[in-house]
Amino acid sequence: MLAQQKRPATSLATEDCAEIDRWIARYPADQKQSAVMAALRIVQDSNGGWLTTELMDAIADYLEIPPVAVYEVATFYSMYEHKPVGKHKVCVCTNISCQLRGSDEIVDHFKQKLGVGLGETTPDNQFTLKEVECLGACAGAPVIQIGRQYHEHLTPEKIDEILATLATS
Amino acid sequence: MVTIEIDGKPYQAEPNTMLIDVADANGIDIPRFCYHKKLSVAASCRMCLVEVEKAPKPLPACATPVSEGMKVFTRSTKALTAQKAVMEFLLINHPLDCPICDQGGECELQDVAVGYGKDLSRYHDAKRVVFDKNIGPLIATEMTRCIHCTRCVRFAAEIAGVQELGATGRGEHMLIGTYVEKNVASELSGNIIDLCPVGALTAKPSRFSARAWELQQHDGIAPHDALGSNLHFHIRRNQLIRVVPKENEAINEVWLSDRDRFSYQAITAKDRLTQPMIKKDGNWQTTDWETALAFATDGLKAVIAKQQAQAIGTLASPTATVEELYLLQKLTRGIGSPNIDHRLRQIDFSDQDNAPLYPALGCAIADVENSDVTLIIGSHLRKEQPLLNHRLRKATLQGNKVVLVNPVDYEFNYPIAAKMIVPPSDLVNALASIAHALSKNRPKKILSKETNALLAKINFNDAHKAIADQLAAHDQRFTILLGNLATSHPQFALIRAFAGIIAQLTGAQIGYLPEAANSAGAWLAGMLPHRQAAGEKANTVGYDAEAMLAQGLAGYILLGLEPELDCYDGVIALQTLQQAEFVVAITAYHTPTMESYANVLLPMATFAETSGTYINCEGKWQSFSGAISPMGEARPAWKILRVLGNLFDIKGFNYVSSEEVRNELRTLVGDKTVNNHLQWQLPEHLSNEQIKGLQRITEMSIYTTDSLVRRAPALQNTVDAQIATGAHLNIHTANALKLNGHQQVEVMQGDNRATLAVVLDERVPDNCVLLYAGQTATMTLGAWDGTISVTGVSA
Ligand code: SF4
Ligand code: FES
Ligand code: FES
Repeated sequence: MLAQQKRPATSLATEDCAEIDRWIARYPADQKQSAVMAALRIVQDSNGGWLTTELMDAIADYLEIPPVAVYEVATFYSMYEHKPVGKHKVCVCTNISCQLRGSDEIVDHFKQKLGVGLGETTPDNQFTLKEVECLGACAGAPVIQIGRQYHEHLTPEKIDEILATLATS
Repeated sequence: MVTIEIDGKPYQAEPNTMLIDVADANGIDIPRFCYHKKLSVAASCRMCLVEVEKAPKPLPACATPVSEGMKVFTRSTKALTAQKAVMEFLLINHPLDCPICDQGGECELQDVAVGYGKDLSRYHDAKRVVFDKNIGPLIATEMTRCIHCTRCVRFAAEIAGVQELGATGRGEHMLIGTYVEKNVASELSGNIIDLCPVGALTAKPSRFSARAWELQQHDGIAPHDALGSNLHFHIRRNQLIRVVPKENEAINEVWLSDRDRFSYQAITAKDRLTQPMIKKDGNWQTTDWETALAFATDGLKAVIAKQQAQAIGTLASPTATVEELYLLQKLTRGIGSPNIDHRLRQIDFSDQDNAPLYPALGCAIADVENSDVTLIIGSHLRKEQPLLNHRLRKATLQGNKVVLVNPVDYEFNYPIAAKMIVPPSDLVNALASIAHALSKNRPKKILSKETNALLAKINFNDAHKAIADQLAAHDQRFTILLGNLATSHPQFALIRAFAGIIAQLTGAQIGYLPEAANSAGAWLAGMLPHRQAAGEKANTVGYDAEAMLAQGLAGYILLGLEPELDCYDGVIALQTLQQAEFVVAITAYHTPTMESYANVLLPMATFAETSGTYINCEGKWQSFSGAISPMGEARPAWKILRVLGNLFDIKGFNYVSSEEVRNELRTLVGDKTVNNHLQWQLPEHLSNEQIKGLQRITEMSIYTTDSLVRRAPALQNTVDAQIATGAHLNIHTANALKLNGHQQVEVMQGDNRATLAVVLDERVPDNCVLLYAGQTATMTLGAWDGTISVTGVSA
């Protein structure tokens, strides 16, 4: 491909680049690609919680790796979003430990309280409900993650409390 | 060596060889999907599970190194159960659409399922469906059939060197593809069709046109680049359905370039000439062979009677076979004319007497991988000779170095140790400066006094020194390769001379990257004005290709070319031919342009329709027989030439087979071998003339090199073909000319003009415009070099 056709249409924000650079610095000089997960997180955060193809292309360009190598990582991990999400992303673990401890009930309660299904966002763009695999906190099952926060040993009552706090936040 | 036991029999193997390789070498079947001998080991499909004594679980044969005393069971209950289970998992999501799948009948999944699977499926739930993306004109996708072996992904990353395919998503949701809608752009992309074990990736041009079991396989040799890749034609009832590679480790390994794979489409092009045609009283008419051949002979005889035999000139494409070229020059010389050439894209013939027997690589194709440092001069190697480039890619991955001196900053799919990008006008000086820089650390006596005196007058800077430094190491193997942009350079003789000097200073081996499938053969066959067959000096030296067209002769014989597209200066070629009294064109195609200059059109067979021989860049003679019969009334050109020879009463034209023609030449060549240790002539000083204005750079693009590829629709729709259009200039040049990237420009070269789209292209040096030859859009501009002007056209 020609050089000028390779340039992605979107470029990364300067602050994001500075932060990505800090990650790049942690790896050997010829291993820039190791920063791809951090870069995706940084860029997703500053883009309102989701990634566009253009942004992923820009990351590929910045890390000097083929775009498809970024797509691979960004689609493999469930914490990267490829569609707009609500202000609060509610990730409900439905993997084995949580399932045994009643995650179905948790999912149902969320569905009913928020009025959306899994993978959907409330019309006011406040909440996105998402099903995820093991969050690595099985001892606290059933578990959910909202933003950077884990909530464990969930019950419907606890969920009501959490939602109430978030609604006023 | 270690001794292992497979199914009770002992085998010897190198320690740490993978079990599957030992089994393959000894003809023991182990089923597999992800394993491929030319790709890295993924060990992801688990189809190759075998039982190994003392191992608690079955082990994947593709990822298990052998060790002394290992006992392996490929057909034990444990192995068979494991294989059956894996097969069942693989089939869970695989559709049962074999009846409508192009791979049916040659599908590894079908074969392995029959050999190792269960008869019945126990899976009753819904199968997943994958929506396809269009990945270009060559490869049809049906990704629901994909079994995630990742061969295609590894091929793109490891062999093609462009990571375009990937596995996105995970688990049940994993998909193989480009993620975005995007044409894959590799010149080797077609190989993933062969690699894909299922019908997920199939050949688009031949889609749904035949069943594997209806096809007959016939060997052939690819007619484009100078490798002469070995291939198989797949034929059904005299119809060529598709082309696939034939493994030959020494030449194309297991691969085939897209050009070699898909150019067969041109055999049935709409403008195929299927009947002889003559122009009588100003009107074109189809006729029979006898009439046409008599008409051709009479016309040429009339020219000779009126003027003399020297008024005849003969031009042939270097894609013609050895037999054709040998007979053509024999015919022309028999008539009494020395004007014979095939070097259509050369302009500097000044040192042709010093040229080697034929342009040769100078080593075996596979040996290119062993050169520690390779200096490439004037070549877009990746597109000129895709699989030779692949050898160099392998070499660089092993740590060898490639150094470039090129007029355009072409992209290579491997790291380049050092490069110098200079406009064509500076190429000779750049090489001279590199030579001077190199000579600094070498004993003076390596070079002649005259050479040292000339070099002393030439300056060099750090950039030249950086290149020289790469070539300076001792006890390394150096190779210099001269590509198409060197051969077609107006100062080719000097480029060769300085390449020779650099070779003297470094002990490098000089090699040519011959332009076409049979460039080497054309030299050996005597298709030259100054040399007869087998390199014998010609008694009379005739006009070279350029002079023949510039001088304007009265009669021409053309073999397999379209001069307006194939020659260095298409404008002059066309004008001259149109003014000639009598032109005989032996051609596979019939174009309005041909009608404008020819008097007879004799339909010739294409590469799959004739027997013949190509001599590749390493000097290997590869003969083939016709795979299908020629279309319509077309005939193998060697037969046409044989009859012409007889009609002219030239002695020794009574061949009964093409083998006889070949053997005659073989005997003439005897044991002559090529010697690339060149001789050269040097001027007293180099001119330092600065070109004023814009300089034209011309590249024959990958999909316009000859009449066949120009007529292969699938190739014409590739990314590569689309890139190779328009007037390419860099942003500085565009700004200086007040041009933007979205406009049409009028390009003027002398009195010639063409309207082209501007393409901003950072590969092009300042004040240069890169144009692509072999296409009608640029055909009107004339010679491949010189100054041009570019002005914006208001829309
Ligand atoms: S498309 Fe074919 S080659 Fe590629 S991963 Fe799927 S099955 Fe393997
Ligand atoms: S299964 Fe839910 S956190 Fe592990
Ligand atoms: S062939 Fe061994 S795991 Fe796929």
